[in-house]
Amino acid sequence: MSKQELEKVAANGLINRRHLLGLGLAGMGTIASTSLLGADAGLNLEIPGWSKQPGASASGYGSRSRFTDDMQRMAGNPNPLYPGGGASRSPLHQLQGSITPNSLHFERHHAGIPDIDPAQHKLVIHGLVRQPLVFSYEDLLRYPMVSKIYFLECSGNSGSLFGPNPADGSAQSLHGLVSGAEWTGIPLSTLLDEAGVDPEARWINAVGADAASMGRSIPLNRAMDDVMLALFQNGEPVRPGQGYPMRLFVPGCEGNISVKWLTQIKLTREPTHFRDETSKYTDTRLDRKSLQFTFPMGTKSVITSPSGQMKLERQGIYQVSGIAWSGRGSIRRIEVSADGGRTWADAMIQSHQSEKALARFSIPWEWSGGNAVLQSRATDSQGNVQPTRSSLVTEKGNISTYHFHGIQSWAVNTAGDVANVYA
Amino acid sequence: MSMLRKLLTASAASVSLAIGLSAGVQAQSLGTPVNENQLQNFDLIAQPDGSGYPEGSGTARQGKAIFERRCVACHGMNGEGTSANTRLVGGDIQSEERPIRTVGSYWPHASTLFDYVQRAMPADAPKSLTSDEVYQVIAYVLNLNGIIEDSLVLNKESLMQVEMPNKDGFIDSSQAL
Repeated sequence: MSKQELEKVAANGLINRRHLLGLGLAGMGTIASTSLLGADAGLNLEIPGWSKQPGASASGYGSRSRFTDDMQRMAGNPNPLYPGGGASRSPLHQLQGSITPNSLHFERHHAGIPDIDPAQHKLVIHGLVRQPLVFSYEDLLRYPMVSKIYFLECSGNSGSLFGPNPADGSAQSLHGLVSGAEWTGIPLSTLLDEAGVDPEARWINAVGADAASMGRSIPLNRAMDDVMLALFQNGEPVRPGQGYPMRLFVPGCEGNISVKWLTQIKLTREPTHFRDETSKYTDTRLDRKSLQFTFPMGTKSVITSPSGQMKLERQGIYQVSGIAWSGRGSIRRIEVSADGGRTWADAMIQSHQSEKALARFSIPWEWSGGNAVLQSRATDSQGNVQPTRSSLVTEKGNISTYHFHGIQSWAVNTAGDVANVYA
Repeated sequence: MSMLRKLLTASAASVSLAIGLSAGVQAQSLGTPVNENQLQNFDLIAQPDGSGYPEGSGTARQGKAIFERRCVACHGMNGEGTSANTRLVGGDIQSEERPIRTVGSYWPHASTLFDYVQRAMPADAPKSLTSDEVYQVIAYVLNLNGIIEDSLVLNKESLMQVEMPNKDGFIDSSQAL
């Protein structure tokens, strides 16, 4: 297949998403460097050393290749005045697929990670119920459980993009407060029904066992819907940084309401108006009114490769790859532009497309060495389309910096440097 | 609660769950019953309607000493803060410029101040203040913002009466799709 046969589906090098699937070596020949395929007289393949001696034995607990040790979450510097507070961001630019390894799932803590002995931990359901109940970890493990794949995103993810100037950042530093996992646990409705919901109850107030006793109020109708008491993440007990031994999980919603280290659920008529649903996690509009309890995360996507602070070393074909998600449904369509949003092409969705989960997309792109601006635009099953950054900022202002879900622009210059820009 | 009553009052969802189990398990909660008295030291939730406030009281004058001992490292001598996140005083939500949002300019309910200080402050030793000290220190923060007099005795009755400047500034979006 010759270079001319690659079907260009949008300007500046985007190629039909189906094209390279069966292309094989002939297609790769279109990459500028012919030496990749031509015989290199200096290259003689030998049997490597690791094929000549026995390797390590099986182990009790797995570890990754030492050659991937650079794959790390990015945590801020500890603040001695805010012990345990802060966040760590997933290395989105180094990950593939739509499930984040537990060791690299983003974290956000308000007072550090408590060291909880599950034998001592209690979950109390009380307030406007027929019979207040207390559950031990052992009690809860006896319930039937469900497993669902969901994204989790911090409300403050991508918040710097509300700022007037584009920050020098990577997919990880700008957008790394989102991850995807399979969560296993007990439908919260099961436990609420067991306590017997009083008809007067309208809210649940969920409190964690961390040093901040972080709390959030959630409408009862939502709590009875798809909310889960999550005990397992990707098959193993939820890790301490994610709420061990148990957390609330509210699919599609800002991460903060999926209260970690869950120890108390109180049913009430009114919300508590906790600090983290008044002072924080509220969205002040341009008219100075503030929206409270803005739970769903917007329809969003981000290209994770190529992405900020990467460098394209040579011209030729790349896979533009990224993730997309919506707090209101599943991802139905991802479009990619290489010319700053003037022309668009459909990307291939290469993963599952389940509700409120990350979807992985890709599309082949031929970089010819010129300037390009890569963007992605998601559409969800409710017809919500990811907005441009400028339309989002015009509508919402930047008094609050939560719930950014505008289109990310990555500029590629003629040297191959990739940078965050506003386009 | 009797087994019979549990059977009678089990909700539809519990029953449907139990159908898949053996009949003997049907009415059995795996949780242990407790009563609200047993939760008095456990439940810290304080709401705007006055529910959940403990006994105790304090004035801003009393709170100044506690504030200067326990709070100034982050919040500054006069609540001016050491960062935008730790500023407690001042600001104007209606300002033309990007408004500075503090307890005084932004927080809609005084109950939140009680609830948050009791559960989470001071950050280096949460839950180390007595109920009297919590009333005292939040009285001081409210007084720094000019919301109450420094002589007002804050307790569960008077706290409920405190009106915050931005009390009408919020819109409940909890049912938005």
